[in-house]
Amino acid sequence: MDFTVALAQIKPKLGCLDDNMALAEAAIEKGIAAGADLVVFPELALTGYFLKDLVPEVALSLDSPQIQRLKKLSERISIAIGFVEVSSDFRFFNSAVYLEAGEIRHVHRKVYLPTYGLFDEQRYMARGERFRAFDTRFGRVGMLICEDMWHLSAPYILAMDGAMTLICLSSSPGRGVTESEGLGSAAAWQKLTSTSAMFLNCRVFYCNRVGYEDGINFWGGSEAISPSGEVTDRGALLEEDFVLAKVDGGALRRERIFSPMMRDENLAITVKELKRIDKEKDC
Amino acid sequence: MAGLTVNTNLLRRILVGFVRDEVCKVGVRKGVLGLSGGIDSALVAYIAAEALGPENVYAYCMPYRTSNPESEAHARLVAESLGINFKVIEITPMIDAYFNITPDADNMRRGNKMARERMTILYDHSASVGGLVLGTSNKTELLLGYGTLHGDMASALNPIGDIYKSQVWELSEAMGVPREVIEKKPSADLWAGQTDEQELGFTYREADELLYRMVDQRMSREELIAVGFDAQFIDNVARKVQGSHFKRRLPIIAKVSNRTIDRDFRYARDWGK
Repeated sequence: MDFTVALAQIKPKLGCLDDNMALAEAAIEKGIAAGADLVVFPELALTGYFLKDLVPEVALSLDSPQIQRLKKLSERISIAIGFVEVSSDFRFFNSAVYLEAGEIRHVHRKVYLPTYGLFDEQRYMARGERFRAFDTRFGRVGMLICEDMWHLSAPYILAMDGAMTLICLSSSPGRGVTESEGLGSAAAWQKLTSTSAMFLNCRVFYCNRVGYEDGINFWGGSEAISPSGEVTDRGALLEEDFVLAKVDGGALRRERIFSPMMRDENLAITVKELKRIDKEKDC
Repeated sequence: MAGLTVNTNLLRRILVGFVRDEVCKVGVRKGVLGLSGGIDSALVAYIAAEALGPENVYAYCMPYRTSNPESEAHARLVAESLGINFKVIEITPMIDAYFNITPDADNMRRGNKMARERMTILYDHSASVGGLVLGTSNKTELLLGYGTLHGDMASALNPIGDIYKSQVWELSEAMGVPREVIEKKPSADLWAGQTDEQELGFTYREADELLYRMVDQRMSREELIAVGFDAQFIDNVARKVQGSHFKRRLPIIAKVSNRTIDRDFRYARDWGK
């Protein structure tokens, strides 16, 4: 099935839930007006990224009025969006929710919380414990949040769980200005998204935010990538953008005929060897 | 040198975007800076003019009576080529009034006092025009501690604090900073004939090559020696970096409560913006 995905490359305000909800709702309406079927937002789109001690103050439970409003909007367009989730036992997660047909279809809690260099996520947030694919009207989908994608096993698990579309919500800080054409962090991500698509014969929708927080820029450059690893659409660098990407449904079928790596992928060998490694590690 | 050479188009975009975003999100549109006639403040003026529009940039040249007259001429040249607001405010009366009380002060004390005098003038104008003070210290100076704490190191935001002097030169070329300003010898101009490199005992190019490998690439002392750096030079620079670290931090606070500012009371400065 052909469909249109909108990548809402927004500039959230740090710690301002109401402003960011308004920003998200405007982007959703824009997507609906443009005939998009799915709108993807960045990681922590409703809160901003360098939250530190603000985490508990901006956290939402899944039954909060904000999520209810998004749920209602998802009757008209499917939505993937990042926020801080608070669980009933008061753990705070860097989460992404996928909403469709007025329902929550899936919540992914970021597993790999970067806590090195300029990152400090694990200080403030709890780690998710699973990667699960889920069914949508676009077929089976897997969600990843930023750093998750840098762990080969994460998109691999999702693909083995049947995902043919990977959605990656990101708040990637721009760094590495050198002699080369692009930003170091952008170049690394572009390799990663394209290679992951190619390895796993999946399409990838990558949405990264823009704006500055305490001098740190977020570089944008959101992308729609075909299952062959080709970038079909890319958002502006360092500026707000709204990317409308037409997705050729047939490309997935053709790619999977042309390079049937996922068909041939041997889960039994992988599981057997990983179990062995895990066992040997215990010794 | 590889690594220090930068894509100036990209760097310019990020720094201009930084000034525009970080100034405007506070709810103002103006920037205030001290224009010394040197390259660092000239570059910041170019970045600010592009980010905020020249009419929103307020530059102040604040000479002391021993300042080189060429400095003021160069500051004026920069301001005129950009069309930014420009004013000369002599600090001689304030400085002399103070040192009449303590006439024995050496050059360093006098230099620091002048830098802090200029800071108070900039912050006063920040309030009077309704703009933020833009910092003009580059990464080389900040790492070496070659600046006055609460003086020229004070600002609301600093667009060039993460770029080395060599990169300041490169970006200044790309942004069209007047040639005279780019080519002259860097000087704090605190007393006649002073140059930074003479005072530091090495050139900025040398320092940048070392700092880039030491700080950015985290090369060990052994690795630095292996690629040809002199051990004494390495130690000298490392000592300067460590010895000046206090200048790059907020004052430390004696902890007694459960939530101490900056220790376990942590918020971004852009909190709510």
